[in-house]
Order: sequence, then C-alpha cells, then structure tokens
Amino acid sequence: MAKRVKRVKETKRVSRSTGGTFLLFFILIFFAVLMALPMVLAISNSLKPLSELWEFPPKLFPRSPTLKNFADMFNIMSDSLIPFARYIFNTLFITGVGTAGNIILSSMCAFPLAKKKFPGKDAIFSIIVTSLMFNGTVTAIPNYIVMSTLGWIDTYWSIIVPAFASTLGLYLMKQFMEQSVPSTLLEAARIDGASQWLIFWKIVMPCVKPAWLTQLLLSVQALWNLGSSTFIFSDEKKTLAYALGQIVSGGVARAGVGAAVSVFMMVVPISIFAFSQSNIVDTMSTSGMKD
Amino acid sequence: MDGVQINKPLKKKRYVLKEMWQSREDYLFMLPFLVLFCIFTVLPVVVSIFLSFTYFNVLEPPTFNGLQNYFKLFLNDDLFMKALSTTLIIALVTGPIGYVLSLGLGWLVSEFGTKTRAFLTLLFYAPSLSGGLASVWMIIFSGDQYGLLNGVLMDLNLIYEPIQWLTDETYMMGVCIIVIVWGSLGTSFLSFVAGFQGLDKKLFEAAAVDGIKNRFQELWYITLPSMKPQMMFGAVMSITNSFGVGAVISQIFGFPSTGYALYTLVHELEDYGSVRFEMGYASAIATLLFLIMIFSNKAVQKLLAKVGQ
Repeated sequence: MAKRVKRVKETKRVSRSTGGTFLLFFILIFFAVLMALPMVLAISNSLKPLSELWEFPPKLFPRSPTLKNFADMFNIMSDSLIPFARYIFNTLFITGVGTAGNIILSSMCAFPLAKKKFPGKDAIFSIIVTSLMFNGTVTAIPNYIVMSTLGWIDTYWSIIVPAFASTLGLYLMKQFMEQSVPSTLLEAARIDGASQWLIFWKIVMPCVKPAWLTQLLLSVQALWNLGSSTFIFSDEKKTLAYALGQIVSGGVARAGVGAAVSVFMMVVPISIFAFSQSNIVDTMSTSGMKD
Repeated sequence: MDGVQINKPLKKKRYVLKEMWQSREDYLFMLPFLVLFCIFTVLPVVVSIFLSFTYFNVLEPPTFNGLQNYFKLFLNDDLFMKALSTTLIIALVTGPIGYVLSLGLGWLVSEFGTKTRAFLTLLFYAPSLSGGLASVWMIIFSGDQYGLLNGVLMDLNLIYEPIQWLTDETYMMGVCIIVIVWGSLGTSFLSFVAGFQGLDKKLFEAAAVDGIKNRFQELWYITLPSMKPQMMFGAVMSITNSFGVGAVISQIFGFPSTGYALYTLVHELEDYGSVRFEMGYASAIATLLFLIMIFSNKAVQKLLAKVGQ
C-alpha cells in the first residue's frame, strides 16, 4: 500500500536530474554574488576608516569598522551653502506629493477602464499600453517647451505634475482591479444607490491595496532617486540625490563618505520593498499583456 | 428603403452619444489623469515629430525645412552614426541578456520556499531599486591598484600594471554591459517571479501523464506558454529600458566618455537639445529613437507569440 502511494507521488511531475539541480544552484549562487557585490562593497566601504580604504591589496570587509564616514557625511551636509534640511525637504515634498497624486489620479482613471463599459475604452487603453513602449527621453525636448509655456521652469511642479501621470502605475492598477474587485459587489452597491465616488472610495480602493502599495514603491523609487532635472536651476530647489551626488564627486578624499551616501540613499526604497514585497508580487501576478 | 439607410448611421451615432452621456461619470473619473497624460506624453510625441521637420532654435519660431534634419543625421553627422551603433549594440546585447536573466532567475527563485524566495527576490531586485548604487562599480573597476578588480588581479600576479577599465576603449563596452545587465532585473523580473509562483500545479501533473519526458520539455511546452502574458509585459519593460541607456554611462564613465566610446543616442539628444538648442535636429533624433523603440517592441511581441508552438 505504502509503495503504491509513493509511485503516485512520483508520477506527479517529471523530476530533475541531480546534475541539473547542481548546475542550477551554481548559476543561482554566481548571480547572487554578482548582484550583491556592489551592495556589500558599499556597506563595507562606508564602515571602513580612511587608512583601510587605501590599502593594497584591497580587502572586502573592514577590520575595524567605524561610523565616522556617516558622521562626516552629516558634517559636510551642515557645512554646505544651502542648509541640508532644505534638500531633505525638497525630496520629501516632491516624493510625497508626486506619489500621492499619482496613486489617486491613476486609481480613479483605472476604475472605469477596468470595471466599466463605455465608448472609446479600448482605444484609450491601447494608447496607454503604447506609451509603455517608449521612455521619457523621447519627450524631453517638447516637454521643455510645455514647461516654459506653463511657467513651471524652476518650480517643483515641473517634476511633481508629470509624475502624476505615470502610465506604468496606471497599467498595473487597471490589470489588478480587473481581477480582484468583484463585479457583483459593485452591482450590489449601485442597486443600493451608492454614488460612483462612494463605490470608488469604500469598495474599490480597499480591494486594491496591493496595487497601490506597488504604485507607492514605483513612484518613490523614481522620485527619491531623482538627481538633477533639466527643469530646475536654483540650488535651493534641488534634490537630496543631487546634493549627495555632489559629495560623491568630491573625489578620492571622500571615497568613504561617498559609500556612506550610497548606503543612506538605498535604505529608503529597499525597506519599502522589503515590507511590501508580498503585496507587490500579488500585483505583478496580474501584470501580463494579451497579444 | 433609402430613408432607412440614411437613418442607420444617424441612429448609431445617436446611440453612441447616449451611451457616452450615460457614462459621463466614468469620463469624469478618467479626465484628470488623461489631461495630464496628453499634456506630458501624447502632445510631446506629436510636437516632436512635427519639430523634426523644422529648424528651431527656441528664440525664433520654427521654420519648415522638410527632411533636411534626417539627411544631415544620416549623411553628415559621424557622431550620430556612432551613437546609433553604440545604442544598438548596447540594446541588442543587454536587452536579451537582461530579459533571459530575469526570466531564468525568476524561475529559479520561485522554486524556493517563501522565506528564501523573498530574500532572493529582494537581493536581485535591489540594484534597480537604488539608482545611486551604480557608482559603486567605480570602486570595483577603478583604474588604480586600489580598485577592487585591479587589486585582486595584481595580488594574484595575473597582471602587473593596473588596467584602466573605465577609460581604455578595449574594456569600456564590456564593463558597461556588466553594469547595465546588473541593473536590469527590474519590473520584468518581479512580473516573472509572480507569474511562476501563480502557475497551476495541475498542469504539470497532466503534462507528466501526457508524456512530457524532462524538465526542458516541461519548460517549453507547459511553463513558458502559461507565462506568455508576463513575457509580453516583461519584454516591453526590457526593451524600453535598454534603448534609454545614458545617465548610468555618464555617471560611471564620465561625459563625454573616452574617445566617445560609449556615446549613445540619449547623449546626442541631450547635446543638441539642452546644450546647442537645435531643437529641430534634436527632435529628429527623438523621433528616430521613438520609432526604433516602438518597432522593436512590436517585432518582439510577434516573436513571443510563437513561444511553445
């Protein structure tokens, strides 16, 4: 009896050869090391004292780790012409407003596209999918003309408002809504006399929490890492990534501080991803495109 | 009879209008996003195509000059031809490698249990999460003996002089490809991880019964066809990214890079657009880049439709 059960299990799925398993494991380890190397190096260099940074042969790990590079980073920051708090405020403001606007506007737009029927729906969605096929480089020059017509050159709005209309977030949101919001629930609410606005806020938005966490990540990722923008000239409107980039370009004397900067910058997006990973993977499971 | 035929389109039109009026709330919901989308994406593409047929220096209004910009690009601008070939080489190498790597590693990662999978996903996705991290490659490939790679190679007595990885044209393209592939496990990778995780296990059982002999057959006939929608989406993400390479190169190799060895269309576009203010000419470059991206996307979609057949 026991033997029979075992045979049933064996036929469940063709098994992989031992050699194959070993090879795949080897490939995985190789790429894991390659991917992790810059991160490990950034962290380790940020903890090295100056004497260890210029050692031959170079060592991967610090022998006497110190937080001095991080202290130096904050010292350089407080010495700069423009108070560093200003750069931090700029980045927080741009990231915060840009992300919030992007989530609200694109969820509102995704709702009818995912759950309603109206003339022009397919055309609108196919234009949005097409827009995923090229990037911002293509539109950079006319955008400069648009910005100067609007009088937004050298204002935060030149970065924030275009971020509202990022189509990748809209695409993912629409795909996710289609699958995860039950149409019967929407119908029931409509029969009970709920307004479109109420249905959107009370039924749709709570259902798509994974999708807006994903949008949060994508938007923060883009705006937090944003260094220089062609539309911003004044130093006091520039971002944290720009200011920190200036520290890194300070050359050899600041190699340790530069590494500290990289570590500082990567903490925010990586922690957001780490905490919302399962939700993001949920969203991505509906990301597929039909041919 | 005649009257009916004349009335028919009229009726249809009236019906569509009625439908549109009934959906007015839906349009209102989409309006804010679509207005911004038109202003910052649709309109710029149209304006860019229009400007590519003009001479425009921002100060004076644009004047029509036909196909002159395009003639100049292909016949009279060596740097453009260089940028075009560099861009195509980078895209044709890093695009497919990054794509296959995303797919392969996405598949491997999804074979693990929840905790290991979460850790590996984070590890592979982290490079594209933090833009500033690419500068760490400068420490690895630094041209003196304190650079990690030079240090290791010299310590092992494999080389006796430090190699100028970032300024010697022999090595620059190779280093550039490594850095770009390293950062290419982005949105498409996440989409693949999610897709492989969501595969129906019953499919594999049925396949084993139906005579699938090994894992390769399983991959080609069962796994990949079920992943087709994700593969389409991933291809779009990979292609769009691999043609837009420019900022990372400037960050690591400096701008301009030694001997213009890594001068891409993005650099050429920036040069004419934001430095020389030859907007008509820059628009022609942008229009070409736009057409290349759309064409590659459509071609790859056609190709992917054949998977598993």
